[in-house]
Amino acid sequence: MISFLSKLTGPQNDGMKRILGIFVLLMMVYVVTAIINPNFLGSYNQENLIRRTSLFGILGVGVAFVIITRGIDLSLGSVVCLVGVGVPWLIIDQGWPVPVVILIALGLPAVIGFCHGLLITKLKLQPFIVTLCGLLMYRGITRGFTGDQTAGFGTELKGLRWFATGEIPLRIGLDIPVPAVILMIIAILAGIFLNRTIYGRYMLALGNNEEAAKFSGINTDRMIILAYVISSGLAGLAGLLFVLDVNLAQPVDFGNFYELYAIAAAVLGGCSLRGGTGTILGVIIGTALLQVLRNMMNMAFLGFQRAEFAVIGAVILSGVIADELAKRAVARKRAAQKQK
Amino acid sequence: MGKSFPGVRALKDVDLHIRKGEVLALLGENGAGKSTLMKILSGVQPRDEGDILIEGENVAIRGVQDALEHGISLIHQELNMATNLSVGANIFLGREPKKRGLIDETTIFTDSKAYLNRVGLDVDPQTVVGDLPIGRQQLVEIAKALSVKARILIMDEPTSSLSQNETNTLFQVIKDLSSRGVSIIYISHRLGEVEELADRVTVLRDGENAGDLLHSKINHDAMVRLMVGRDISQFYARTIHEPGNGVLEVRNLRTPEHPEHELNFSLKAGEIVGMAGLVGAGRTELLGTLFGVTPAVNGEITVCGEATAPQSPEEAIKAGIALVPEDRKQQGLILEMTVRENLGLASLKQESPKGLFLNDSREGEITQKIIQKMSVKTPSDRQVVQYLSGGNQQKVALGKWLAMEPKVLLLDEPTRGIDVGAKQEIYGLMEDLAKRGIAILFVSSEIEEVLGMSDRTLVMHEGRITGELSRDELNEESIMQLATDNPNAA
Repeated sequence: MISFLSKLTGPQNDGMKRILGIFVLLMMVYVVTAIINPNFLGSYNQENLIRRTSLFGILGVGVAFVIITRGIDLSLGSVVCLVGVGVPWLIIDQGWPVPVVILIALGLPAVIGFCHGLLITKLKLQPFIVTLCGLLMYRGITRGFTGDQTAGFGTELKGLRWFATGEIPLRIGLDIPVPAVILMIIAILAGIFLNRTIYGRYMLALGNNEEAAKFSGINTDRMIILAYVISSGLAGLAGLLFVLDVNLAQPVDFGNFYELYAIAAAVLGGCSLRGGTGTILGVIIGTALLQVLRNMMNMAFLGFQRAEFAVIGAVILSGVIADELAKRAVARKRAAQKQK
Repeated sequence: MGKSFPGVRALKDVDLHIRKGEVLALLGENGAGKSTLMKILSGVQPRDEGDILIEGENVAIRGVQDALEHGISLIHQELNMATNLSVGANIFLGREPKKRGLIDETTIFTDSKAYLNRVGLDVDPQTVVGDLPIGRQQLVEIAKALSVKARILIMDEPTSSLSQNETNTLFQVIKDLSSRGVSIIYISHRLGEVEELADRVTVLRDGENAGDLLHSKINHDAMVRLMVGRDISQFYARTIHEPGNGVLEVRNLRTPEHPEHELNFSLKAGEIVGMAGLVGAGRTELLGTLFGVTPAVNGEITVCGEATAPQSPEEAIKAGIALVPEDRKQQGLILEMTVRENLGLASLKQESPKGLFLNDSREGEITQKIIQKMSVKTPSDRQVVQYLSGGNQQKVALGKWLAMEPKVLLLDEPTRGIDVGAKQEIYGLMEDLAKRGIAILFVSSEIEEVLGMSDRTLVMHEGRITGELSRDELNEESIMQLATDNPNAA
């Protein structure tokens, strides 16, 4: 198990420790919530929690690649909106054939990511600006072509919606939502890509030091573009699953703040915004932690749900502070050893 | 005025004394401990042990602010100025005179003018610093030091980027300051300058005092003997061997940095060619162009008979050209990654089955071989590179190319900032690689190193190759003449 885990996390320094730390935090929040409100452990709530974690996890894994290359992707939520609103609008309101729409839903975001990557590498624009404009544009476009009207499947597309709402029965009394399986497949592929292929190594290298990576003969531009394609591409997939799950999407708020959930999960899971570090497993646990926190606010602290953001913000901040303090302690220890 | 610190840990019981109005030259090879000593004096780095006495008084320097209050001012080799601000704003940066809570620009203007006059610089204090040539920026730094009433002025390689004229002006200013009672600690590799300027020389070697020379005893050989601490011919172990066939041929090459000059030269297999010149002569830029970092404007580069025009390092490497860059930490290494990851980075693709997956066992094998061959001192190949010493870091930066057998190896200041022992090992490696038929071109600002290591030397000045010296013609004089483009070249 450990060796399998380390295959997923890779030989990055402190990766395992970091994952363990956040996992303990996740367990603590989980247990506290369960004690305060036993309904938390009910199978309906648990399945829902796993489903939300899986959908947001797909976003987190995508943005992790961008963060590892020392970039940022703020446009994810709007890509989710574009796809999530666009798919039912095209199928139901415009009557386009389903396969074509699915192809667009998965292909267009990849093209969007490619454009982000091109602007960032070839024109040397800052990722923050490029994707901030993306955030504004894709939501604006969506609101424009739908005339701000809600789009949904109604009673159609039951088959396709299985991918988001379906469950695979297990004998332990808890059914596994299909999105969890999708996330698992994506996570394993992403883990292998990041830690077992030369391109993953290139991304980690250039995230730490783009110049040195270039001086080692790595085509850094191509790797960065690839990271944005992965990020937007997975956002597209997540957007599709989100709308298949909830059935209705409003252009004005569908996917709102999702980029921040994804970035926060990645950071909690050990991706440094300074680039070069991050693990897929960590991101998924980070996502789970955020979703459990949200769930906790709804189930355990009923009067305070509106303070959800405050709690999430405080938790992330404490996590990052704890991490920084730990890093300093290690550095001090090292310096002390060096003195001897 | 005296100053001493017995027993600073990174330095071993180093003593340094300076009298009022004295010009003391501090010499030492890279890694001898000069910069550590200066960082301690100027408060950038705390000391572990020892005392600093100024006029008999024991002073505690806990930060740059303390040092400034005691009148100690450091002028870095790379100037530390806000190049987007005006001359006056830079002189008073952090100590802006205020009037009713706002910056008092009038006082800045008149006071700056006075300090600029003292260093003989006639510029408007409202000029933006970035618009001044480097030599003048240097003088602005000195004016700034005067404005904080510096009694001890430390100058780290102040002439490394100055022209001959600018250097002369600087020397005038230094002599003037010392006659007014300012003590000056002058760090330089240019022994000729030291001979001209210094009242006394203190030499450091491997973090210890190697000796002092008084005015009358200051001469080139004596200084080198103290710095190197051994016979030079032994230090640079070169065996002369016949170079093989031509490997690199450069014809009419124009670099984007100096497109007005065409560069022509060639390298043969097994040859070690030194490239000398002042800082800013365009040597690093030439290497950058050969390596595809700053692609050529035009011209021909031929490697083993095949024409190439690298547009990126990736393409240069494919053509068989490798570069160990000058800035090891920023360009040569990924400090946060392990020895193994760094050593493997350049050859990952070539060693990967199907060009996609990492080959762990092969990577381990290659890494171990290089670590042994280069005697990299590291606890394991999973050690993070930033915790290695400078010398071992440099071995890793060089070692990553060994896995892929380049035809041409470009080295930019290969021994900068590493200790004497590691230096010798790097020289040994260069010799080994040359014996294996690799053509080596190395840029160095240490004349001793160029003299000791090159079979042939190219000298550059302001983007031009001003001459080529064979081993017989090679000496400090002939290099400096070509490097400053002196018309009476040897």
